[in-house]
Amino acid sequence: MGKRTIVPFGPQHPALPEPVHLDLELDGETVVRAVPSIGYVHRGLEKLVETRDYQQMTYIMERVCGICSMGHGYGYVNAVEGLMGVEVPDRAKVLRVVFHELSRVHSHLLWLGLLADGMGFDSLFMQCWRIREKVLDVFETVTGGRVIVSYCRIGGVACDLTPEHISMILKVCDEVEKEMDWVRRVFFLDSSVRNRLIGVGQISKDEMVELCGVGPTARGSGVDNDARSADEAYQALGFEPILYDEGDCYARCKVRVDEVSQSIELIRKALGDLPEGEWRVPVKGNPPAGQFAFRVEQPRGEAYYYVKGNGTKFLDRARVRTPTNINIPTMTRMLQGCGMQDVSMIIITIDPCISCTER
Amino acid sequence: MSCTSKSPWILHYDASSCNGCDIEVLACLTPIYDAERFGVINTGDPKQADIFLITGAVNDQNKEVVRQLYDQMPEPKVVVAVGICACSGGIFRDCYNILGGADKVIPVDVYVPGCAARPESIIDGIVKGVAVLEEKRAKMEGEKRCSRSRGSRS
Repeated sequence: MGKRTIVPFGPQHPALPEPVHLDLELDGETVVRAVPSIGYVHRGLEKLVETRDYQQMTYIMERVCGICSMGHGYGYVNAVEGLMGVEVPDRAKVLRVVFHELSRVHSHLLWLGLLADGMGFDSLFMQCWRIREKVLDVFETVTGGRVIVSYCRIGGVACDLTPEHISMILKVCDEVEKEMDWVRRVFFLDSSVRNRLIGVGQISKDEMVELCGVGPTARGSGVDNDARSADEAYQALGFEPILYDEGDCYARCKVRVDEVSQSIELIRKALGDLPEGEWRVPVKGNPPAGQFAFRVEQPRGEAYYYVKGNGTKFLDRARVRTPTNINIPTMTRMLQGCGMQDVSMIIITIDPCISCTER
Repeated sequence: MSCTSKSPWILHYDASSCNGCDIEVLACLTPIYDAERFGVINTGDPKQADIFLITGAVNDQNKEVVRQLYDQMPEPKVVVAVGICACSGGIFRDCYNILGGADKVIPVDVYVPGCAARPESIIDGIVKGVAVLEEKRAKMEGEKRCSRSRGSRS
């Protein structure tokens, strides 16, 4: 065995949009061990629950992460409603699903762009981000915000969709679907993408289960743990998770490409039979003493929300367990034995969101 | 206008932002907004950068990283604080781990508020940053000329 070298990777690195530090222990060009160190984005959001009331916390929670902001709002709001026993109108439930799926489309397109950027395929990066802007236009038209949409409120949603909004969303769905045909062809068939991804960062189903991997990362290894399967609102739409068995970077990429199309189908179905009626109910009073937990499938995987009330307007605890936090051990396992040149690809394919991880 | 202000290169670092501003910074470079038409290139290397775009507030762990990145950039350099967190700490200002805006650690020239800052305002911030860069360059050259002429007299 040769002499081992330690190469620092990050926190500021061209392949990383976000700061995370890895110490890569190399034997020649092969990674023997990767030791992550985090804390560069830690803010201490959960502690703010002591000084912000449960309504104000919605806005704080949405800023756990800017990319999956909608998912965080969805999780927190559902957890508080569960704690307070609020009955949310059916229309609001479906509207939340529509926006959650739209945010998944935007997040996956963003990720596909970053993946292309990571492998130096700049034109594909630009195309993915161009398509993504159509979804952001919907957000901007309906809610006024491009990335932080603040659509979920305790008791319902921030605003109703008008018929014009609905026809705009359907039009964007058609356009994105058409463009996705081309994107899918490039990601599935282009030789430079295939050579860069196939067989890289392989992880088996058993290992994935052992390390508790979540989200598209786990579904790329054939682990069916999509939290949407357990959500009533999604069951009503006939949701089926997308699974691939190969467990390499290519499989994880395919899961996300397919999920974009699936989300578009879900949005169409949801808007097709949108229930009429109320879209927000007033919520009065304070959360009672007690606790409630809620699971939500965000674009990056399963997030777990826990809230504990004490009868005052301030919650005792609002805890988030985010998907990237869980996927960091799977990432370090994937990095073992890979070549130095593949490190950035493997880090990107777990879709790391460090801001979520550290809060 | 010098070559630098015709093609300012950007270094982007996420201090402790929620990603909202980061993806807007990237959105600036992609086809809809296309900041590259101003000659802007996003570089990962501080030694080649002219404008330092910093998003998010500064905390104890990353203040040294921010400081180092700033020190590694060659003169003249401009710092643009993107988003309200980088300006003042924003919604996170009361968090125990947040020291405050980027100006607690490095001198900031242009502030771009917003949560998340819109691509239009980020581009506006960059364009304002270029003006500051040009000013700093002119000042530097003036000083160089002064010291040279003083040198020849003595």
